Amino acid sequence: MSRLVDAIPYARFLGVEIEPVADGWECVLPFRDDIVGNARLPAVHGGVLGAFLELTALLRLMDESQVERVPKPINFSIDYLRSAGPSPTRARAEIFKLGRRIANVHVIAWQDAPSRPVAAGNGKFLLA
Amino acid sequence: MSDERRYALAPLFGPAQYDMTQHTPHARRLRMRVVETGPATAVLTLPYHAELIGDPARGVVFGGVITTLIDQASGLAVACAMEELAAIATIDLRVDYLRAAEPGLDLFARAECYKLTRHVAFVRAVAYERSPAEPFAGCLGTFMVGANSGGSPLGRLIGEGDA
Repeated sequence: MSRLVDAIPYARFLGVEIEPVADGWECVLPFRDDIVGNARLPAVHGGVLGAFLELTALLRLMDESQVERVPKPINFSIDYLRSAGPSPTRARAEIFKLGRRIANVHVIAWQDAPSRPVAAGNGKFLLA
Repeated sequence: MSDERRYALAPLFGPAQYDMTQHTPHARRLRMRVVETGPATAVLTLPYHAELIGDPARGVVFGGVITTLIDQASGLAVACAMEELAAIATIDLRVDYLRAAEPGLDLFARAECYKLTRHVAFVRAVAYERSPAEPFAGCLGTFMVGANSGGSPLGRLIGEGDA
C-alpha cells in the first residue's frame, strides 16, 4: 500500500501515510501549516480534507478489488462535520458495493476518535 | 434591480480583488489566484503543477485538488453574495467528474451563490481549462453562514479591522 501512495505525486505532496491497524490499515494526513484553510481557528482546508477522503477511498478500492487500472472517480460527496484542528487526521474507507463496473465507497476522517468524525465522504468509482 | 443591493465586498469587485485568496494559507501554497469577482460569483485559477498529479501515467491532476479549487471558489462566491461579511463554513460538496482535466493546463473554477438565506448559502460551480461551457467537473455545495464568532478573514480587505 505504501508503494501505491509513493506512486501518486499528490499523495506525497500531502505527506499521506499508511498505518497498519489491528484489522487492516488507515490513512494518516499529518498536519502542516500550509494545508490550513482558516488561519484563525486554525483549521485544515476543506478541499484538503475532501482530497484526503477521496484518496483513502481510492486506495481501499485498489487494495480490495485488485484492479490493475486506477479506478476513475464518477463523483464524490463530502459532509463537513467538525473543523479539523492542528493535529493529524486519520481516515478509513469501506466498500459498500463492489459491482462489475461501479464501486460505492464510504469513508470517514477523524482526529481524536472515530466516533467524532471531522468529515465523511461517499464516492462512486468506475472500474472498467 | 440587483444594482441596488449592497454587497460587502463590492469595493473589491474588479481589479482590487487579488488579495482575496491571500488569507488562506493553502490557497497561497497552491498559488491560487482570483480571476474575477462580482455579485455572488467568483472565478479562481490554480496553476498546473507536477506535485498535484493523481495519475502519473496520464499526468492528470488528482480529483481532490479540483475539490480544493471549487471549495475555495464557492466560499468566495458566498462572500461576494453577502451584504455584511460573516464567517463561512462548508457544510457539504458534491463534485461530479465529467472527464479528465487536460494535463499541463491551468485549472479554473467558476462558482455562483444562487441562493443565500440567513444561515445557509447554496452554490453551484464548474471547473474547466478553457471555457466554462466545456467543464471537466461540476459541483453543488452548501455553506453555513455566520458559522463561528471569528468573523470573516476578508474583513481586513475592506477595512473592517481584524477583530
